[in-house]
Amino acid sequence: MHPAYSIIFFTTASGLGYGLLAVAAVFVGAGWLPAVPELGAIVISVGVALVTAGLLSSTFHLGHPERAWRALSQFRSSWLSREGVAAILAYVPVAGLAWGWVWLGEVAGVWLLAAWLTPVLAAVTVYCTGMIYASLKAIPRWHHPLVPWLYVALGLATGAVGFHLVVAMFGAANMRSAGVAVAGLLAAAVLKIAYWRSIDTADPVATAETATGLGGFGDVRPLDPPHTAPNYLQKEMGYRVARKHARKLRKITLVTLFAIPPICVALSVFAGFFLGAALAVIAALSVGLGILIERWLFFAEAVHVVTLYYGEKAA
Amino acid sequence: MTSLPAQPAPKRLGLVIDLDTCVGCHACAVNCKEWNAGGYHAPLTDFDPYGAAPDGVWFNRIHSYEAGSGADARVVHFPKSCLHCDNAPCVTVCPTGASYKRGSDGIVLVEEDKCIGCKLCSWACPYGAREFDTDAGVMKKCTLCIDRIYNENLEEVDRVPACVATCPASARHFGDLGDPDSDVSRLVAERGGYDLMPEMECAPTNKYLPVRDKQTGAGGTLPLEDASPEGGFLGWVDRLLSDASAV
Amino acid sequence: MSTSPVSGDRPIDLSPSLGDRVETTTCYMCACRCGIKVHLTDGTIRYIEGNRDHPVNKGVLCAKGSAGIMQHNSPARLTKPLRRVGERGAGEFREIEWSEALDIATSWLARVRASDPKRLAFFTGRDQSQALTSWWSQQFGTPNYAAHGGFCSVNMAAAGIYTFGSAFWEFSEPDWERTKYLLMFGVAEDHDSNPIKMGLSHLKERGAKFVSVNPIRTGYSAVADEWLGITPGTDGLFVMALIHELLRAGKVDAGYLVRYTNAPYLVIDAAGEADDGLFARDEEGRELVWDRKSNAPRPFIDPDVEPALRGEVELPDGRKARPVFHLLAERYLHLDYSPAVVAYQTGIAEEVIKRIAAELSEAAFEQELTVDQPWTDWRGVRHEKMIGRPVSMHGMRGISAHSNGFQTCRAIHLLQLLLGSIDAPGGLRYKPPYPKGFDSLPRPTGRPGDVNPNSPLPGPHLGFPQGPEDLLVDEDGTAMRIDKAFSWEAPLSAHGLMHMVIGNAWRGDPYPIEVLFMYMANMAWNSSMNTPRTLEMLTDKDEAGGYKIPYIIYSDAYYSETVAYADLVLPDTTYLERWDCISLLDRPISDADGASDAIRHPVVEPDRDVRPFQDVLIDLGARLGLPGFIKEMGRPAYPGGYSDYIVNHERQPGVGPLAGWRGEDGAETGKGAPNPGQLDKYIENGCYWREELAGEHKFFRNVNRGYLAYAQDKGFVKSTDPVISQLYSEPLQKFRLAARGHGDNVPPESERDRIETYFDPLPFWYQPLDEAAAGPEAYTLHAVTQRPMAMYHSWGTQNAWLRQIHGSNRLYVPEPAAKQAGLEDDDWVWAESRSGRIKVQVKVMAGVNARTVWAWNAIGKRAGAWNIDPAAADVTQGFLLNHLIDELLPERDGGRRYANSDPITGQAAWYDLKIRIEKAEAEDGRTVPQFDEVSKPAGLGDRPDILRYAGGRRP
Ligand SMILES: Nc1nc2c(c(=O)[nH]1)N[C@H]1C(S)=C(S)[C@@H](COP(=O)(O)OP(=O)(O)OC[C@H]3O[C@@H](n4cnc5c(=O)[nH]c(N)nc54)[C@H](O)[C@@H]3O)O[C@H]1N2
Ligand SMILES: Nc1nc2c(c(=O)[nH]1)N[C@H]1C(S)=C(S)[C@@H](COP(=O)(O)OP(=O)(O)OC[C@H]3O[C@@H](n4cnc5c(=O)[nH]c(N)nc54)[C@H](O)[C@@H]3O)O[C@H]1N2
Ligand code: SF4
Ligand code: SF4
Ligand code: SF4
Ligand code: SF4
Ligand code: SF4
Ligand SMILES: [Mo]
Repeated sequence: MHPAYSIIFFTTASGLGYGLLAVAAVFVGAGWLPAVPELGAIVISVGVALVTAGLLSSTFHLGHPERAWRALSQFRSSWLSREGVAAILAYVPVAGLAWGWVWLGEVAGVWLLAAWLTPVLAAVTVYCTGMIYASLKAIPRWHHPLVPWLYVALGLATGAVGFHLVVAMFGAANMRSAGVAVAGLLAAAVLKIAYWRSIDTADPVATAETATGLGGFGDVRPLDPPHTAPNYLQKEMGYRVARKHARKLRKITLVTLFAIPPICVALSVFAGFFLGAALAVIAALSVGLGILIERWLFFAEAVHVVTLYYGEKAA
Repeated sequence: MTSLPAQPAPKRLGLVIDLDTCVGCHACAVNCKEWNAGGYHAPLTDFDPYGAAPDGVWFNRIHSYEAGSGADARVVHFPKSCLHCDNAPCVTVCPTGASYKRGSDGIVLVEEDKCIGCKLCSWACPYGAREFDTDAGVMKKCTLCIDRIYNENLEEVDRVPACVATCPASARHFGDLGDPDSDVSRLVAERGGYDLMPEMECAPTNKYLPVRDKQTGAGGTLPLEDASPEGGFLGWVDRLLSDASAV
Repeated sequence: MSTSPVSGDRPIDLSPSLGDRVETTTCYMCACRCGIKVHLTDGTIRYIEGNRDHPVNKGVLCAKGSAGIMQHNSPARLTKPLRRVGERGAGEFREIEWSEALDIATSWLARVRASDPKRLAFFTGRDQSQALTSWWSQQFGTPNYAAHGGFCSVNMAAAGIYTFGSAFWEFSEPDWERTKYLLMFGVAEDHDSNPIKMGLSHLKERGAKFVSVNPIRTGYSAVADEWLGITPGTDGLFVMALIHELLRAGKVDAGYLVRYTNAPYLVIDAAGEADDGLFARDEEGRELVWDRKSNAPRPFIDPDVEPALRGEVELPDGRKARPVFHLLAERYLHLDYSPAVVAYQTGIAEEVIKRIAAELSEAAFEQELTVDQPWTDWRGVRHEKMIGRPVSMHGMRGISAHSNGFQTCRAIHLLQLLLGSIDAPGGLRYKPPYPKGFDSLPRPTGRPGDVNPNSPLPGPHLGFPQGPEDLLVDEDGTAMRIDKAFSWEAPLSAHGLMHMVIGNAWRGDPYPIEVLFMYMANMAWNSSMNTPRTLEMLTDKDEAGGYKIPYIIYSDAYYSETVAYADLVLPDTTYLERWDCISLLDRPISDADGASDAIRHPVVEPDRDVRPFQDVLIDLGARLGLPGFIKEMGRPAYPGGYSDYIVNHERQPGVGPLAGWRGEDGAETGKGAPNPGQLDKYIENGCYWREELAGEHKFFRNVNRGYLAYAQDKGFVKSTDPVISQLYSEPLQKFRLAARGHGDNVPPESERDRIETYFDPLPFWYQPLDEAAAGPEAYTLHAVTQRPMAMYHSWGTQNAWLRQIHGSNRLYVPEPAAKQAGLEDDDWVWAESRSGRIKVQVKVMAGVNARTVWAWNAIGKRAGAWNIDPAAADVTQGFLLNHLIDELLPERDGGRRYANSDPITGQAAWYDLKIRIEKAEAEDGRTVPQFDEVSKPAGLGDRPDILRYAGGRRP
């Protein structure tokens, strides 16, 4: 699949934003974090900015952004619609959380409920994002049970690293914030590796032979394409990253997303303020880079079955 | 509603494409383009039409494949347009309801005015039957020539899709696949019409008729006997003539 | 607006209008000439569809026809007459008015006509007004006229005419409704584009067997029941091996042969004498056969004669003679033509050849069919039934474009005749006005004395020589025509040799010319062999600094590669903007069951300063004062232009361009006085006319008394003489005799061997000449092209829709050759022939003869031409095989270089090419050669970056 930057940015930014809001909400909700308004203001505005920027960016790739509101109508069948609805609903508890945390300086009562609803709706939204991809049978590597959970786990993990960075800036980093980040990253790593294993060893779902029904004659390959210059389908679905290249990028993902960040996060707790903050920054930057590569690969490695009509052997 | 019709349509209009007679002439593709350029989805925009890499919106594309190797390899011409699936994922993924499947005849359509151009339907379609018009910012697709097949400005016989009307080899058939007695259903039954990529579980309406077994002489023709021995060359010519004068 | 009511449906306009006007006319996206209906909205074309009533296409339309809108709207359309200002080939022009253009043309042409008319060479491409263009040039007085047939398919046409008075090509068709076995040789698309596809689908429906003989398995071959991947140039061997098998088994239709062919004609056996190998005739010149009843020679024409087919007999004058069939059987029963012997060369296994022969025999004789239709043959013998031999054949350029194509094609016709299938039910059927016996057709004109200043040529240029006496040569045997047609080099070149004109004119061989006038042929590109050299010749100058070809006038409708080489450009309209006439006098559109002709009429007004070429030609004719083009006092004879001519011109009394609605009241067909309302009648009738033949006139027409009388009555043929099929071709033997020194007109010494070798009156096989010249070791692969179904030569490139389908091309390489050269898909290779080298990208393929590579034809384009982006893939990734084909054969002893053509007909031998390939570096990813970009004339508009064609609907 063609890795469109708007979509990569959308999914990673909103994942990170929701993760950040969710972790923060849990921390204040559980009382693990004093409801310092300044901290809340920063955490929530960064989270909301990321989520909103993501959503906005997702409308940039639309042919008709002005009609985007229509996308909310089909929640009964469409995961994209569901995601839109969930994203909008998620603003409600986040607003409540913000009210309590930043305005009232206290997260209690109904504001506490908002705090607890925030991670739920954030997770639901990110889950829906994942399901947009996971529901597409035509892209076997996406149509995988781990995909929505990967989105959730990565959102949470990247959000947790972000959260750790913010609290580190406030000198409030602790074992808990680090622990959640490290645990999130490790969980995501486990899922991601399991996912890679699974897609690498999975039998192809469809082949050029089943796509054409011509397998009875033997191996099927294109002789003449319908059009000599690439068409929309080839441009949109035909993107294919070289296997060698993909392997290298996977390694970089492992290092930048799953190795450097947990180490830095863990060390940051034991370091002093400046060093700790610096380590948290390194972790966050590394996570940022890692998640972008991960997401780029998620697209670039996905093979749409339509490519079977254009020379791909199996998908 | 972007959900599929609750009940499968009793009438399931679609195409049956005969891979055994398709010569790969692209007539159906170009005539489709021509009809639809001024039709329901007008225009079928062409980008860089006289430039380095021209690319346009086409609802029907003709591939050609080679299958098998060596002397047994076959070349098969393979037209492909929307299969008007019963279980159309392009419809269910659509967030706006622009994509829908008609209850009355099963035709899958896009209502351009509602389409936000998210392209998701084109990702959902396994067959590459959705065509994004970047200029108009909307998704377009084969309409099964809905503006022809019921068109009262056309004579009855002409109320078939443009691609069907134009196919010089009669390799394309149009009809109601929901009616087991229709010509197309019978053709599918007789010739073993099949679904493309059944594993995608889209339940396509369009069917493909497989390449027939070829008559490559297994028909049991006896080798020609040598006629000359008896009486040699001259003898057999005379026999030829005496046979001939009997005619 | 009708809306659909059912739930889940949404309101839709189900019955939109198709426009405010619909016009019928005739397609011209290729020479098939299908009937079309053009729907228009506010003068823009909404939709073009096939005309269901039309006899040619019955409603279907091919890809090209469906893309007519884009042809009509092409940004490459010329907009105004042009006068060259820069160097030739640079594409620098000044726009001029028509008056100036016509003045210039008139002055150049008048000067030539007044001094030496042969200094004009007028050659046209695949236009459909050859009846007019040939008549014009005849009135002009130049011998140098021909259309494109010489580089196209004259082998097919001539072999057919000389053998059975018709030809595959456009003059006959398989009996699609009845045939049970179709053997197709070397056809990728053909002129009969839609009818062939419709016919194949009929065959499929009926379960008839279809065998395609073709080195490449695409298109028709892909859907064939059996594909025989023959090695190019060897079909003759294959067919003669089939004949061998059928003869060996006695499976021939002796009854048909003795009645309707020259199989029983007695051939004189008198070695060394002037009539050796000619037919024995009586005093009245009637061919003799040996009557078995009376055991004596009798004229073939006698109704009760019982001719013998074998045996050496003694003629009354004491000389020996044998029937044609005897000679034929001896030749093909020879082991040289046995399946075992030809298998290796043809690439078709011995068992397969034997099986095909058995299948042919089975289909023809075991599946014999009868049509219950009494008829009377030419001798007056009444037959109660028509006996059908449901085996049919078709062949085209795979046969024609080889230098042994004439003899190969004759062999195919022999095979059909031996099976008794020509114009029998289920066989190959004539299309009226054919058959026409070769001896009833005009002979060429242009002998010494025929060409005189300011006078017309005494007869038509082209024709069918019946012997050496008909050649157009002077006493030393030098050619009279610039293309050397009808010379010893190509005696039966019935269509001329357009591919030799530029080279000969440049060399001044046989003489220099002054004006080269061309119409609708892209001679500076895809219709020339050796394009790079052709471009040099077009721009080469003499010592005085003038061009060696001094003046070039060209009419094209688009900015093709050739336009840049013209000194004066006459811009034509598109096919939807003009009158045209598809005439029985030219290349008819009839089908086997009826005669048809058709017109084209303007359905849209030109929006540019262009004129229909036919109008221009008629105007020039009047300005030049050509006989027939002016009336008394020099007034133009056809002031109304081409439509005036179509209605009022008479070739012979009562015979004009159109056969329908003749006579003052339009009640006559075929012959009749001009009818002023004729064109309206055509338009009312969908722009065509068709007359169904009577049932008894539908088969055996060459010998069908009733049909022959009908054909004469309609003006199709001059006499009711039968067209006896010529297994043995006497005209060829006459050339041989001349080569042996007999007769008044004998070839120069240097030509004698060649004539003796190739003019065999019975078909034989020889290795194609260029292939032989290339040698087997150096150039191991055959290289051929195929017509893509969705592209017409170079025209399609400007077509926004078609160019998306074929915007670049590849060299298809068979798996074994690819392996040997270490090639994979998309690799680059140098492809090298004895005369040139190109660099191209490859595609590996299984379904192709292991010794053959191929490419889609005419895809490559020159930068700057056609108003397409010079960086377009057509330019940077496309290529022509033409760059590798030499227009001359290598030097022979004495330095003589013959045309790369069939030695009998002069047919250009495109497919004799042999090459070798070698892996290359991609480098800049461009094919080699690339040519300098030509500039764009001012009038050509900007090409749009985006096309939102909506046929008069929303933007
Ligand atoms: N779409 C389209 N239609 C056209 C044209 C076009 O450009 N485009 N051009 C028109 C013109 S001008 C012409 S002349 C006709 C030509 O019509 P075709 O005769 O169909 O023309 P080609 O494409 O040259 O096809 C020649 C075929 O012969 C095969 N062949 C080559 N060598 C041999 C051989 O030695 N033996 C055998 N058995 N086969 C061989 C090739 O593989 C190819 O399939 O088409 C006309 N129709
Ligand atoms: N390698 C290779 N070369 C071949 C062949 C092959 O098989 N292989 N085939 C040969 C054969 S059979 C043929 S017939 C030739 C064909 O070759 P050409 O006859 O050169 O065919 P086109 O490229 O179609 O060029 C015809 C010209 O007519 C112009 N034209 C189109 N419409 C109109 C019109 O309405 N009016 C006027 N005045 N001009 C118009 C086009 O713009 C174009 O410049 O190619 C030959 N060359
Ligand atoms: S028009 Fe008919 S024969 Fe031609 S590509 Fe389409 S289906 Fe095949
Ligand atoms: S072919 Fe594709 S676009 Fe058509 S109905 Fe099926 S899934 Fe939808
Ligand atoms: S592109 Fe249009 S039709 Fe397709 S899913 Fe999006 S909104 Fe629906
Ligand atoms: S049914 Fe109509 S829209 Fe669909 S492919 Fe055929 S011509 Fe095109
Ligand atoms: S075959 Fe195609 S291009 Fe040729 S005349 Fe017919 S419709 Fe036109
Ligand atoms: Mo041709």
